[in-house]
Amino acid sequence: MLESALSGKTLFVTGATGFLGTALVETVLRALPETNLVLLIRPGRNVTAEARADKDLFRNNCFDRLRDQLGAENFKALIARRVRICPGDVGTDGLGLDAEGQRLLSDADVVIHSAATVSFDAMFDQAVEINLLGPTRVMRAYQAARENHLNASHFVSVSTAYVAGSRKGDAPELSLSVQPHYPEIPWLQEVNAARAQRTSTEASSREPSTLAELRSLATAELGAAGVALLSEKVERLRADWVKDQMVAKGRARAQSLGWPDAYAMTKALGERLLESERGDIPLSIVRPSIIESALRDPYPGWIRGFRMAEPIIISFARGLLKDFPGVPEGIVDVIPVDLVVGAILAAAAHPPETIKYYHAASGSQNPLKYRQLVSLIRRYFSDNPLYDDIGQAIAIPEWTYPARGQVESTLRRSKRIVDTSVKLISKLPLRSNFTEYQDQLAETQQGLERAGSYVELYGAYAECEAIYLADNLMELAGALDDRDRETISIDPHLINWESFVLETHLPSVVEHARARTRPKSSAPKRTSREDRLRASLLTGHRLAAFDLENTILAANVVDSFSWLATASVDGGHKLAIAASLLAEAPQLLALDSRDRSDFLRYFYRRYRGAELAELERRAPEFLTGYLLRKSFPLGLARVRAHRQAGHYTVCITGALSFAVAPLSPLFDEMLALNMTADTNGRLTGEVPGALPIGEARGDLLRKLAQTHGYEFAETIAYADSTSDLPMLEAAGTAVAVNPDTKLRQLARRRGWLIEEWSRARGYGNIFLPIGRTL
Amino acid sequence: MPRPGFVLEVDRATPPTLFWHGESFRLERLPRGSRILYPPEPLNPIGDVRGAIDHALDNPVGDVQPLSSLLNPNMKLTIAFDDVSLPLPPMAAPDIRSLVIEAVLERAAQAGVTDVVLIAALALHRRMTESELRHALGNRVYNAMAPRGQLTQHDAEDKANMTVVGETDRGELVELNRRAVESDLLVYVNINLVSMDGGHKSVATGLASYDSIKFHHNVATMVHSRSFMDRHNSELHSSNWRMGHVIKDAGVKIFQIETTLNTATFPDSFRFLSKREWEWNLRDRGSFIATSEALKRTPPHLARQIFQSIRSPYGVTGVCAGEVEAVHEVTLERVYQQQLVRVDGQSDILTLGLPFIGPYNVNSIMNPILVYCLGLGYLFNMYRNKPLVRKGGVVILSHPNRPEFDPAFHPSYVDFFEQVLTETTDPLVIESKYEESFARDPWYIHLYRTANAYHGVHPFYMWYWGAHALDHLGGVIILGGDPKATRRLGFQSASTMADALEMARSIVGPDPSITHLHSPPLVMADVY
Repeated sequence: MLESALSGKTLFVTGATGFLGTALVETVLRALPETNLVLLIRPGRNVTAEARADKDLFRNNCFDRLRDQLGAENFKALIARRVRICPGDVGTDGLGLDAEGQRLLSDADVVIHSAATVSFDAMFDQAVEINLLGPTRVMRAYQAARENHLNASHFVSVSTAYVAGSRKGDAPELSLSVQPHYPEIPWLQEVNAARAQRTSTEASSREPSTLAELRSLATAELGAAGVALLSEKVERLRADWVKDQMVAKGRARAQSLGWPDAYAMTKALGERLLESERGDIPLSIVRPSIIESALRDPYPGWIRGFRMAEPIIISFARGLLKDFPGVPEGIVDVIPVDLVVGAILAAAAHPPETIKYYHAASGSQNPLKYRQLVSLIRRYFSDNPLYDDIGQAIAIPEWTYPARGQVESTLRRSKRIVDTSVKLISKLPLRSNFTEYQDQLAETQQGLERAGSYVELYGAYAECEAIYLADNLMELAGALDDRDRETISIDPHLINWESFVLETHLPSVVEHARARTRPKSSAPKRTSREDRLRASLLTGHRLAAFDLENTILAANVVDSFSWLATASVDGGHKLAIAASLLAEAPQLLALDSRDRSDFLRYFYRRYRGAELAELERRAPEFLTGYLLRKSFPLGLARVRAHRQAGHYTVCITGALSFAVAPLSPLFDEMLALNMTADTNGRLTGEVPGALPIGEARGDLLRKLAQTHGYEFAETIAYADSTSDLPMLEAAGTAVAVNPDTKLRQLARRRGWLIEEWSRARGYGNIFLPIGRTL
Repeated sequence: MPRPGFVLEVDRATPPTLFWHGESFRLERLPRGSRILYPPEPLNPIGDVRGAIDHALDNPVGDVQPLSSLLNPNMKLTIAFDDVSLPLPPMAAPDIRSLVIEAVLERAAQAGVTDVVLIAALALHRRMTESELRHALGNRVYNAMAPRGQLTQHDAEDKANMTVVGETDRGELVELNRRAVESDLLVYVNINLVSMDGGHKSVATGLASYDSIKFHHNVATMVHSRSFMDRHNSELHSSNWRMGHVIKDAGVKIFQIETTLNTATFPDSFRFLSKREWEWNLRDRGSFIATSEALKRTPPHLARQIFQSIRSPYGVTGVCAGEVEAVHEVTLERVYQQQLVRVDGQSDILTLGLPFIGPYNVNSIMNPILVYCLGLGYLFNMYRNKPLVRKGGVVILSHPNRPEFDPAFHPSYVDFFEQVLTETTDPLVIESKYEESFARDPWYIHLYRTANAYHGVHPFYMWYWGAHALDHLGGVIILGGDPKATRRLGFQSASTMADALEMARSIVGPDPSITHLHSPPLVMADVY
């Protein structure tokens, strides 16, 4: 029946690359051989709509079944025959269609509008543009295109069951306008308000006070990383700030009117607008509840993207989410994606006189209780636990179904404690010793952030106690004949919740999340990820750039000055020099952490008047007594390994050339600072030109790569601190050596190799080295 | 009259035995019936050392004229001297080298010689630091020679200043310091602390290049040097002697001066270290307890500084000068007279307490490779005729064997430990697979030439030094050794002597005979 009803028809589909759209396209191609498709797809910045369709749609594993049945060639031919791609954008009035697009739209017998921004944390104005105005935009374009067309038209719009709001009790399949408690609000005001809020939020994000705050956040994270990186970071933080503000404003507005969030609210207003603007085109509105993985088609468990329930389930299984708000007796309205597709296609085959509504929802027909879902999830993960980093099975927490506020405040409290610890630790000049603890803390911090956002986003949904009536849906299901039922499902009664959750949905979710489902192999490991990374560094055509201080040596400019200054004087004076440096240490440290260039220039003034020849004469002793004893043997070995592999090695340092000259044979090239000397061979204390600090270091690396004929991807940078970030970022591969807390966190996030190199054991720590004749 | 060394058999009344343990000591009770080999007491030193030097220079042995008659104003004179690796610990000032060199320089001055150069005969050892040179030569010599560039250190990698002297009949290359070879007279000033030192080895090794040294510093030679302390049964020495003949035939004139020391190794505050335990008086006991308690509370690097500052009150027992081989025979007799003790029969287990110092960690750290070398190279080889331990027996070394390194003096050791020993401990494999790349490494060569680093190949020689012992032994246990570092060396560690003996029994059988070499002070076993 369905097949014949849609036979010879052309469906114009928006949102085809989404979760629902993908399943819809697949079902049409598979189950309705005489039905053709036109897909409205927004071209990307650098890709055509056709390329996007191929990449984002047809390569999805949703089509594996068809591809296997037909063979790759035939599958291609099938698409070429039955699918037309129409470039266009739902966000633009008139959809941005060209003449060919106009023609395709005018030929469409049914328009299925499924494009939406489904993320529950969409920005308010964005949700308004897409969800509120989008459907009507498509409708108007359709009306314009169909003006002179005689064939019957039909518009199917995909909405959401949650347009009914955070209500309790029955929600019928009717227009929102006839439902009780529906707030009658003029849509245009909301549109204008959202647009105005965007403008004002953008403006206030540029207020000096906001920018100052963001700047201090960026500095706290990156340290003295240089102007370019900091400003980039501040701009990113500003954009995030605007986004957060717009999300919060949307949610506040929605909740003030009785919707859980801006998504449901804009969808609801979108429906209302569409109703009034449809003209005489018959309109079917399909309202699915929470769409989850497929019950049967294209194969059980098929899912696309990480959706609403999955992150919560995975957080729960990982033990991150110790509790989640919700009403245990409440109904979780979940609907498999293939049932929604069935409802949409069946609705498309049954154009109403005027408007008809369908709830693609299970709650009234075959309800799944929240308690039952939780116990099924518990059962599944008791039998199939996830494993943590060190290979232990993770025990899953018992949920107590508390109220939302309670969970939120618990999470907030733990997060505050962890945040404070992280802030405290990153202020301390710690290296390697505390690192493991730091890593754990950072992970906990991220976990808590995530858990908190889930509760905020989805808590309202879990508390929703509305029951979505589905009489119209059942009518559609009843109209299917046996042949249809082989390829298409609609009826929620088909779902056996226990087997669906345990055998179909959860395995799919776990696989999708790439969670660790097996204990680590206890077989002895030959190579770790680090070893593989390390080995890969030493292959190929490479340029390796090394920072010096704390990367190759546990030395710094203050130390080396102390050694050199004391080497030439006797007993009492040595102590005096060392003592004055010690007294000044806090001030020097503070200056260093603010701006490295300023610090170096300030500090290097001390060399004024020193005799260059005398310093150069000290070089061998300086090498033995200071540089080598402060060196990291593994670091030296790494430089040498690069050279042995035929790589070009460069040392980029802010140290003075005469202080590091004895080390220069280690590298192919040593880029250090040259201090000028006067005619008597005495140092001036001045270093001409820009110092190789911050961005300059990144630029230097780029220039080096160019000069010596290396691609950026072939460069490797080794450095220890966030002030070297520009160089690390510029390099193809970055290695963080003995990173400070900030750099460690960044490095972990970016998957950089972290090396812990230390001085050879055996010598005590020399705090301020005093030079002496060896 | 100093008492000769002797072998004590442990019985019920024997007090616990003192074991060296790096920069500390252990008192261990050895099983009844174990033997302890005590060194002879220090021989009486010569009263008038300067007089003895003058006598030796004026009355050379062998077919040589007195030194003064070999000198003339137009000549090129080079004086080479042993480096910082001798003696151990360093000698309390004045160092015997400074006395001998002063006497030689005085004669040179009298003869009007102006072209005089001093060369520290480093071979592939690290360059000496200024204070070490000042100590060895005395301030007078240093201040006279150094500022005018007349004090140099041998640089085996300075190819422009090396010259090929010839080849032995076995194809062994002799490549030496050009200045030394082209001088009209080469005077070599030795300190012959043990019987290995001196003879043709002084010039043929001390002033040679890597390309020359590698002909005798290799596994095959070392396995056939039984022991390398016994010059007449040492392939190492045979090779050096062949080279010595090539040098002589090439017309290089050498005036060899060898000096011998007694075994007065420790200053008065450490007197208990030179005494036999049952003869300790109240003061010795007190200073032992005070020392070892203080050491327990001292961080290792400070303890090391304390021990490295020990200067030994050696007495000079002889000075002999003249033709190389004739001089060396006299020297050997004197060394044996001081150190040799007759022992009857080998044992299943040999225990050794390793002290804080070996030839290559003066003013530095005894790293695990040097621990290995000191135990299985030097102390194991302190024998004549037969090793103290039977073939297939076990050596127990007492040392903390911490994985500590001096990255300035021993840079290639760190890499040897991390890159080579992680792959294999087999000397033959190590030699064939890794030696060349370390020896030719430009970074190590840079550090050897400009800083104070041992040559890149040096840790390999340390490993070959123990090749004979590895070949001979059934097992090696390091008592109190860091387990990981000890495993890296290919050995086992034990935390107590009882455990160590238990582990040894599983190799040599249930009722082993045990010998302990109570050294230092130095003692050499003559095993029949």
